[in-house]
Amino acid sequence: MAERFDVELRTVTKRFGSFTAVKDVSLGIRQGEFFSLLGPSGCGKTTNLRMIAGFELPTAGSILLGGKDVSQLPPFKRNVNTVFQNYALFPHLSVIDNVAFGLEMKGIAKNEISKRVSKALEMVRLPDSGNKKPNQLSGGQRQRIALARAIVNRPQVLLLDEPLGALDLKLRKAMQLELKELQRQLAITFVFVTHDQEEALVMSDRIGVMDHGVLRQVGTPEEIYDRPADRFVADFIGDTNFLPCQVVDYRDGSAHVQVAGMTMTASSDHALTANTDAFLAIRPEKVQMYPAGASHNPDEERFAGVIVEEVFMGTDTRYVVELAPQTQIVVRQQNMNVASSRFALGQTVDVGWEAVFARVLVS
Amino acid sequence: MTQRRKALLAFLLGPGAGWLLLFFLLPGALVIIYSILTRKDGGGVLWIVDFSSYAKLFGPTDGALINDFMIIFLRSLWWAALTSAVCLLIGYPLAYFIALQPAHVHSSYLFLVLIPFWTNFLVRTYAWKFILNNNGLLNTLLQDWGFERVALINTPTAVLIGLVYGSLPFMVLPLYASIEKLDFDLVEAAQDLGANYLSVFRRIILPLTAPGIGAGVVLVFIPVSGQYIVPTILGGGKVAMLGNLLAQQFGPALNWPFGSAISVVFMVLLMVGVVFYLRSERRDGEAGL
Ligand SMILES: Nc1ncnc2c1ncn2[C@@H]1O[C@H](COP(=O)(O)OP(=O)(O)O)[C@@H](O)[C@H]1O
Ligand SMILES: [Mg+2]
Repeated sequence: MAERFDVELRTVTKRFGSFTAVKDVSLGIRQGEFFSLLGPSGCGKTTNLRMIAGFELPTAGSILLGGKDVSQLPPFKRNVNTVFQNYALFPHLSVIDNVAFGLEMKGIAKNEISKRVSKALEMVRLPDSGNKKPNQLSGGQRQRIALARAIVNRPQVLLLDEPLGALDLKLRKAMQLELKELQRQLAITFVFVTHDQEEALVMSDRIGVMDHGVLRQVGTPEEIYDRPADRFVADFIGDTNFLPCQVVDYRDGSAHVQVAGMTMTASSDHALTANTDAFLAIRPEKVQMYPAGASHNPDEERFAGVIVEEVFMGTDTRYVVELAPQTQIVVRQQNMNVASSRFALGQTVDVGWEAVFARVLVS
Repeated sequence: MTQRRKALLAFLLGPGAGWLLLFFLLPGALVIIYSILTRKDGGGVLWIVDFSSYAKLFGPTDGALINDFMIIFLRSLWWAALTSAVCLLIGYPLAYFIALQPAHVHSSYLFLVLIPFWTNFLVRTYAWKFILNNNGLLNTLLQDWGFERVALINTPTAVLIGLVYGSLPFMVLPLYASIEKLDFDLVEAAQDLGANYLSVFRRIILPLTAPGIGAGVVLVFIPVSGQYIVPTILGGGKVAMLGNLLAQQFGPALNWPFGSAISVVFMVLLMVGVVFYLRSERRDGEAGL
């Protein structure tokens, strides 16, 4: 039997007129998981979320909650709640009435409602704001009330559409940790939409990366970062060097490729055919840099080059090294030495990396 | 305040203040003064202070609970209330429908709502007479289709139809304005929290569009309560409203002070209503609406 998911999308497609916003997405989200949908603006994240909530019906495919097909159910019949991007708090109701709204709709007894509302307000650490109106709250407070209004219903799944997008950087960082902690306590499945790759990496158990309506890769933050499935994912998450290369051969996850006239070992998760044009993807921080001719780890691939650019960034320095005409690579070096003993512009250096960090990407 | 700012303020407020003075305060004051003067045979007033008009208005009831004038007052208020209610029932769905259309067609729909204003109200009311007459368009059609004819003209129903027809745009426009401003994300948020369509309407849409309802009711209620044309043409004078009473006093009865007294009492009544309305509006405004 197939694994049972809390939320499952089966070959879901959503078209608006002739425009396809979500294209054949299949995805299973596990119970209690913090799952992020990550991708650039306009890639279909919100549309996906709205289909799970029931605000949009899929053009094709089906959506399952707790194993039941809910594709055709209206939002108020689905046991999910949403934290909206703009919070969508009811302006004419007090904070308490906002938070109590969902429970009232379920017909829960008055004293039970007030107990659960106070508890929810405590959980978001705003126990004393109950009688205020939403327009008397700061952005950060509104965000917390929107959160309280959703979690007070103890939904099976909580959907969050860029809930931290409107907050300033410092508050956002604090809320990221708080939200993650809240999710751990509640053990509710979170589906979190963001275009901020760092946010997704910090918070998620797993991430689904989307581009132009297509789900490109699903995996843990480590998998996504260290083993991107394609060039889009590698490019969107973190910085990556892409060196044009040609496949020489492939066996069991290991490949030989030609880069700038040199043959070297690299890795790939899927089989490669010889002579295919591809890209070698290497993260700048995985590249080691040595003074020219210094002895080095024999497992490492090596290139000689010249430093053509140097940017000091505090904890580390970003160098651009020219390996051959038209072939440059970005290197990040942690600044562990005093300035005078660091590499300098124009210096001839050797750069190298372990084969496992060099990924061959065909598309 | 500097001299220049004072001058600027006078310049900016001047036209509005002048307008109010010329078209509201002066006529108002005139009516109040007339109401406490003496009737002059053949129209106009004698400049002798006399409160008998008010005595007549609130005066003897001939044994009934209230006198005939008060009955006309109450009837006018009742008609105004009924017309407002019917306009609201028709206008709300209509305004809601327009607000839900893609933004670029809004103005076309509003244009349709406003088209009747291109023709004089009197002419349009006569047109209704032709429609509702015993041998009019409606009855001809009914007969052609094999239905009984209906006697509508010169009945309260005909008056109501005419009043609703004439007032509907004044209800639709403020309703549209407030529904159009409504943040439909709130509707989704309520649905997300388990509210069905009825609850969404009752708990979210209705309270948030209440200012539009209030404005629409005020804009319909006040003119209708003083209506003259519709009850005269479609009611055949059988359904006397305040406007008819006034016309009679300034016309055939030639009792200007009494007509003025009626106007003053009605003005005070409406002003009290409007003040209450504005105060409740402001309270809601402070509450974050
Ligand atoms: N109701 C709609 N009608 C037409 N196009 C839409 C609608 N909703 C979304 N889209 C389009 O679908 C694409 C994906 O939108 P969305 O899911 O909101 O992206 P994201 O949340 O990733 O930024 C966008 O190009 C957007 O313009
Ligand atoms: Mg979005």
